[in-house]
Amino acid sequence: MKIRICSYFAAMALAVAGLAPATLLAAEKKLEVFSWWTSGGEAAALEALFQTYKKANPGVEIINATVAGGGGSAARPVLQARLAGGDPPDSWQSHPGSELIGQYVEAGYCEPINDLYQTENWEKVVPKGLIDLLTKDGKIYGVLAGVHRGNVLWYNKKLLAKNGITVGDKLTFDEFFAIADKLKAAGITPLAVGDSGIWASAHLFENTLLGTVGPQGWNDLRTGKLAWDDPKVKQAVDTYIKLLSYQNTDHSALSWDQAVKLVIEGKAAFTSMGDWTYGELAKAKLKDNEDFGWVNHPGTDGGFIVVADAFTLAKGAPHKADAIAWLKAVGSTEGQEAFNPLKGSIPARTDADKSKFSPYHNWSINSFAKDALVPSIVHGEATPAGFQQTLNDAITSLVIDKRTDAFTKAMVQAAKDAEISQ
Amino acid sequence: MKSKSNTKSAVARPDPAGRPWWRFDQRAFPPLILTPTMIASMVFVYFFIGLTIWISLSKWGTLRMNLDLREPLGITYQQMFAMPRWHANLRNVFVFTTLFLASSMGLGLILAILLDRKLIGHTILRNVFLFPYALSFIVTGIAWRWIFNPETGINLLFDGLGINHLITFFGGPPLKPGWTTDPSVILSLNDWLGAIFPAVKEMSIQLGIPMALIPVVIAAMWQLTGFAMAMYIAGMSTISSDLREAARMDGASEAQLYTTVIVPLLRPVTVSTAIIMGHISLKIFDLIFAMTGTGPGFATDVPGIFVFDQTFKATKYNLGAAASVVMLILVSSIIVPYLWRDLRRR
Repeated sequence: MKIRICSYFAAMALAVAGLAPATLLAAEKKLEVFSWWTSGGEAAALEALFQTYKKANPGVEIINATVAGGGGSAARPVLQARLAGGDPPDSWQSHPGSELIGQYVEAGYCEPINDLYQTENWEKVVPKGLIDLLTKDGKIYGVLAGVHRGNVLWYNKKLLAKNGITVGDKLTFDEFFAIADKLKAAGITPLAVGDSGIWASAHLFENTLLGTVGPQGWNDLRTGKLAWDDPKVKQAVDTYIKLLSYQNTDHSALSWDQAVKLVIEGKAAFTSMGDWTYGELAKAKLKDNEDFGWVNHPGTDGGFIVVADAFTLAKGAPHKADAIAWLKAVGSTEGQEAFNPLKGSIPARTDADKSKFSPYHNWSINSFAKDALVPSIVHGEATPAGFQQTLNDAITSLVIDKRTDAFTKAMVQAAKDAEISQ
Repeated sequence: MKSKSNTKSAVARPDPAGRPWWRFDQRAFPPLILTPTMIASMVFVYFFIGLTIWISLSKWGTLRMNLDLREPLGITYQQMFAMPRWHANLRNVFVFTTLFLASSMGLGLILAILLDRKLIGHTILRNVFLFPYALSFIVTGIAWRWIFNPETGINLLFDGLGINHLITFFGGPPLKPGWTTDPSVILSLNDWLGAIFPAVKEMSIQLGIPMALIPVVIAAMWQLTGFAMAMYIAGMSTISSDLREAARMDGASEAQLYTTVIVPLLRPVTVSTAIIMGHISLKIFDLIFAMTGTGPGFATDVPGIFVFDQTFKATKYNLGAAASVVMLILVSSIIVPYLWRDLRRR
């Protein structure tokens, strides 16, 4: 009996002695990254970033804190609760612009990282327009992992060829409507939309808005120089309503990827969606320029709607040195070249190796280098979350009642609430 | 046995002399036990109700907390009641509650009467009808979303069973309802009401029954009919068999027995069931969130989803709080009269 008790205590002591240094070490060598990348390509892309980080920082345990749910709708409340409760992850994913600055920086949850930009020379390789979206009062608060383009019109090339239609390098609304009428007459749905998540319809509207008011008008809308009930905006709304008459009837039962599937299967010809669509097309083993093609959303040639992903440094990060090393990996050429081909986006830095990217992405990289970059409204970069919600609500009504005046009235009120100065 | 109960009461009896200091007067015991609960409910219920009302009047419209009052007082409510989405919410919750209560309680009563007739296998059937109640609304919502998908759901049955073949044979258009994707609103009262209240003509929503809400009512009915049935069965078991015998002796037919004796006697059960299910229906969130979301043109949007969207997505905490306060008022308008009636009866 005595021996048994003794050996029991000895075992306990050994276990404690063995565990203690291990836990202490682990506490030092840890990094927690929060994101909503859980599905296929996204998760693989995040893992590639982790690998880049691990190569430079061996022995650090990465806590991959992901919350599933479309576009971060489920993750954001979780993150907000953690930040408000004083339990921040070391670094988290955010869209630049209003989401980063308005929600996290102004509330004092982020640490500026200007030093990092200087030592890593990022200001020379990342376009200034993008760094501006990460900056408040001269302080930079995030590192971009990659950039998606929002205004892309994808099409089934074989289906169009069968109907004797070819699409050039650029597309205007008139050209698009001419093609759409021809397809409609042939009994083919011209435009596939899947707005069971209403943001997909708002996305279509956003693209159409840029196609009508242009990049300058877009920035004027953001700064309040152009009012939301301006005739130009009304014209965009009317064009959008016209687009709706070419969409599939079951759009409200489908999600955006199911709409892409309609194009893949040849049941619809076009879909207007950001280039995360590329992942769906690649998954279906379709080939660039052969099975499918792409062009700017009508009227948006020379404009590039940026839907980017940035990572932050938390104020009071539990593992600050590791978090800074993580941001270094995110912004490095290796990190961007590993992450973006899997995510289906393009690097935020302009000096990455183009040969690692598909024909579509090369097109996007070229456009990124020369076109006017504008931040997305629908994806929370250009305007605050409240404005984004009002836009989604107004689109929900507009799709059904098609009342331009009610829509612009709601948007004028939203701009007022969001304090976009007139 | 007898001696045991004697000793027990002897122990429980207070001992006036020589009672140690830590033995309380037994009359002090119930308040003592209840105090923690009372304090907890004061803080976690009434304090937070008060806080929610305060937030709804505050300037807290972004992620950053700001509890200063917004001028003019109550402007958030005014703005909310001007929102077409909120109009749709109130319409939907009213239509949903009415249809859901009428259908599930009606069907529950019919099932209870059928089971009361002691059909073969009534014990098994009773459980079968009650089982859906054990599921969570999320499960129900997702399953019924698949069922009512216009491309892959129940519509395939119309083709598969040859119903559409039959209809087209007689020259009709094939049956292909849009179910949850149908944005139309039937029995619209806008023109009729607009003649009395000109403001209604300005409204951008139709005051009628949104078609997309019907599948949601069916799903909710499927889940809670069993509950209504169980309530009625419990109610029927309290009606003494003497009454039934007396009615039969007086020459009542079996149908009359139900229409004139049993159903009228079930009135208190009906009231209780309506209140329990009514407050579930007014607060409904999870079923609709999983099944249709806001629906086409807010056809299935309800205040619960509005609160979630405005608070956590738009981070307009004041607007979300204002909607919660209206929900609280809606639910209390049902619960309070019930509690009042209950108290007076005692």
